[in-house]
Amino acid sequence: MIPTHWFLILSAILFAIGVCGVLTRKNGITIFMSIELMVNAVNLTFLAYARQFHQIHGLIFVFFVMAIAAAEAAVGLAIFISLFHHRATIDVDEANLMRW
Amino acid sequence: MAANYSVLLVAALIVLSLPVLTLFVLAPLVRASRPNKVKLEPYECGVPASSFAFDHRFSVRYFLIAVLFIIFDVETVFLFPWAIRFKQLGWFGAVEMAVFLAILLVGYFYAWKRKVLTWV
Amino acid sequence: MTWNDVVFLLPEIIISIGASLLLLAPVVGWRQRETSAKWSMLILLGITALTVIGCSYWVQEIPQSRSLAGMFALDGFAIFFKLIFITAIAMITLLSDDFLRESRYSVWEYYSLLGFALCGMMFMVSGMSLISIYIGLELMSLSSYILAGFFKNEEKSTEAAMKYFVLGAVSSGILLYGISLIYGVCGSLNLLDIGRALSTIITNDALMFGVMLLGAGLCFKMAAVPFHVWTPDVYEGAPTPITAFLSTASKAAAFSIFARIFYLALHDFQLDWSNVLATISALSMVLGNLAAITQDNVKRMLAYSSIAHAGYALLGIISLNSLGLRGVLIYSLVYVFANLGIWATVLMLRRHEYGGERVDDFEGLSRRAPFWAFAMVIFLLSLGGIPPTAGFIGKYFLFAAAIQAGFGWLAILAVLMSAVSMFYYLRLVVAMYLREGREADVAITRPLQIVAATCLIITLLLGIYPTPLINQATESSRWIGARAAIIPHAGR
Repeated sequence: MIPTHWFLILSAILFAIGVCGVLTRKNGITIFMSIELMVNAVNLTFLAYARQFHQIHGLIFVFFVMAIAAAEAAVGLAIFISLFHHRATIDVDEANLMRW
Repeated sequence: MAANYSVLLVAALIVLSLPVLTLFVLAPLVRASRPNKVKLEPYECGVPASSFAFDHRFSVRYFLIAVLFIIFDVETVFLFPWAIRFKQLGWFGAVEMAVFLAILLVGYFYAWKRKVLTWV
Repeated sequence: MTWNDVVFLLPEIIISIGASLLLLAPVVGWRQRETSAKWSMLILLGITALTVIGCSYWVQEIPQSRSLAGMFALDGFAIFFKLIFITAIAMITLLSDDFLRESRYSVWEYYSLLGFALCGMMFMVSGMSLISIYIGLELMSLSSYILAGFFKNEEKSTEAAMKYFVLGAVSSGILLYGISLIYGVCGSLNLLDIGRALSTIITNDALMFGVMLLGAGLCFKMAAVPFHVWTPDVYEGAPTPITAFLSTASKAAAFSIFARIFYLALHDFQLDWSNVLATISALSMVLGNLAAITQDNVKRMLAYSSIAHAGYALLGIISLNSLGLRGVLIYSLVYVFANLGIWATVLMLRRHEYGGERVDDFEGLSRRAPFWAFAMVIFLLSLGGIPPTAGFIGKYFLFAAAIQAGFGWLAILAVLMSAVSMFYYLRLVVAMYLREGREADVAITRPLQIVAATCLIITLLLGIYPTPLINQATESSRWIGARAAIIPHAGR
C-alpha cells in the first residue's frame, strides 16, 4: 500500500501550485482553473485520509466538494461573462474602478 | 500517530517553494526560447490557421451551455452512491432521490423557459 | 436520515421549496407581477419563522436534538441566530423594494437568491459537522456572489462580484484544506468528536496548520484584518440592499459559525490559537477604525466600520467563556439591527443610484427629515457603544468576557478604538445637524420607514431594558457554553 504521506505531499504540492497560480496569473479563467486545482488537491487529501482511516466520511465530503466546485464554476463563469460584457477583457488587473 | 504528521508543515514549506522555483527560476533558465511565426500560431489539428481566434468571438451561448453542462454533469455523482445501495435504502432512498431529481428539474425548467437551451 | 429528521429540517425545507417556487414564478408568466414577489417572499419568511419558533418548543425538552447522523443540531444557539437571520432578510426584502422598482432587473430571481442564501445560513448555524457547515457556508457564499453582481449592467456591481468571487473562492479553498488537515489529525468531521480527539492529542504541526487555515477561511467570511481587502470594494460596488445583507445577516452568520466551531471543537486548542486571534482582533479594530476616518463614501466607511466590528466580535470568541458566548449572541443581534437602521436611512437619501453614498449627501438631513436624522444618530451611537442604546450592552458583555479571560490589554484597546470610531460616526451627525444641505429631495417610502422604525424601537428598547435579551442569550447559549466550561483550559 502506498503510504498516506505520499498522497499528502502530492496534494500539498498541487495546492501550492494552485495558490501560486491565483497569485501570479492575470487572466480570470486561469485564476479560476488554479482555484479548481486547489479544491481538487484538497479532495486528494480527503481521499488519502479516508483510505487510511477506512472511513466513509472523507469520501462523502469529496462528493459534496465536487458538486459545490461545479456550482462555483458555473457562478464564476457567469460573472466573468458579465465582466467581459463590460470590458471586453477578463484581465483581473483591469478591474480597478474602486480603490481605497 | 501525532508525530507522523509533523512532517507536513515542512512538506508544505518545501512544496510552496517548489512551484516558485520551477515556474520562475528553473524554467526560464532551462528552456530554449526561439519563437518564430509558425511556433506562435495556434494549433488547429495541423490545418493552417485561417484566422486569429480573437477575430471572431464565440457566441455567448457556448458558455451558457458549458455552465449548464458542468452543473448537470457533476450532480450525477450523487446518483452513484444511491445506485450501489439501492436495495438497502429501499423506498426512503427512492423518494429521497426523486426529491433530489425534482430540485434539479426546477433548475432545468427555469433554464429551458428562459430560452437558454434555444439556439438562435 | 429517517422520516424523523425531516421534522428537524422543516424550516430549511420550507425556505428552499419557497425559494425554488420564487425562481419558477417568473417563467410561468408572473414576471410582471413584481408586487406579489415581495409579498410572497415576506409570507415565506413568516412561515419559516413560525416553523423555527415551533421547533424552539421542541428544544425546550431536549437541550440539543441532533439529526442526519449527528450532523445537524437544533439547539437554542441555532434558533436564536435563525430568527435573527429571518428578521434581517425580511428587512432587506423591504429595503430592496423601491430600489429594485427603479431598475429593470428581475425581482423574482433576486428574492429567490436571498431565500437560498437564508437557507444556507440557517443550515450552517445548525451544523454539527464540518461537512454540513461547509455546505451551508457555500450555499450562502454562492448566492451572495450572484447578488453582489446582480445589477449586471452596472460595471461597479460586476466588478464587485468578480472580486468577491475570486477572493471568496480562494478563501473557501483554504478553509477546505484546513478542514482536511483537521480531519486527518482527528479522524472525524463531527465537532464534538474533534473536541474529544483534541483533548487527547498532543498539539502537532499538521493540526496547527489546519486550524490556522480554517481560521483564515472563517476570518475572510467575517472580514477580519489580514483577510479584509475585499470588503470595501464589494460593499461599495454591490447594490445597496445587498451591501446591507452582506454587512448584517451574512456577517452575523460568520460570527455564529466561528463561535460554534471554536467553542465546540477547538476549545482545547485555545492556548495556541487565542494569541493569534487576539492579534487579528486587535488589527481589525485598529485598521478598520482608522481607515474608516478617511472615507468620504458612506458605503466604504461602513465597510471599514464592519471590519472593526468583526474585531469586537472576535473578543467574545477568544475569551472562550460563557460570558463571551453570550456576548457574541447579544452583539450579533444589536449590530444587525443598528446596521439595518443605518442602511434604511442611507436608502432614504438615495436618489438616482448614487445619492446617499457620500457623507455630503447627509448634509441638512435634520431639517429635511428630523425624525429619521434622530434615528440615524441613535443607530450610530449604538454602533459606537454609547450607553442608552443597545450597542452598549453588546460591547459590555464582550469587553467583560475579554477581561475575565485575561485579555485586559485587548479590552482596553477595544474601548480606545470605540472612542476613535465615534469620531467618524459623529462626522455623519455633524453633516446632518450642523451643515447647510443642498435642497435635494429624500425618498422616504413606507417600507424604509417600517424598517428604520423597527430598528429604532429595538435599539432603544434593548438599550434601556436589556434584561429579556440577556436572559434569552443566557438560555440560548447554555448548552454550548456548558461544553466549553467542562474542559479545563491550559490558558487559565
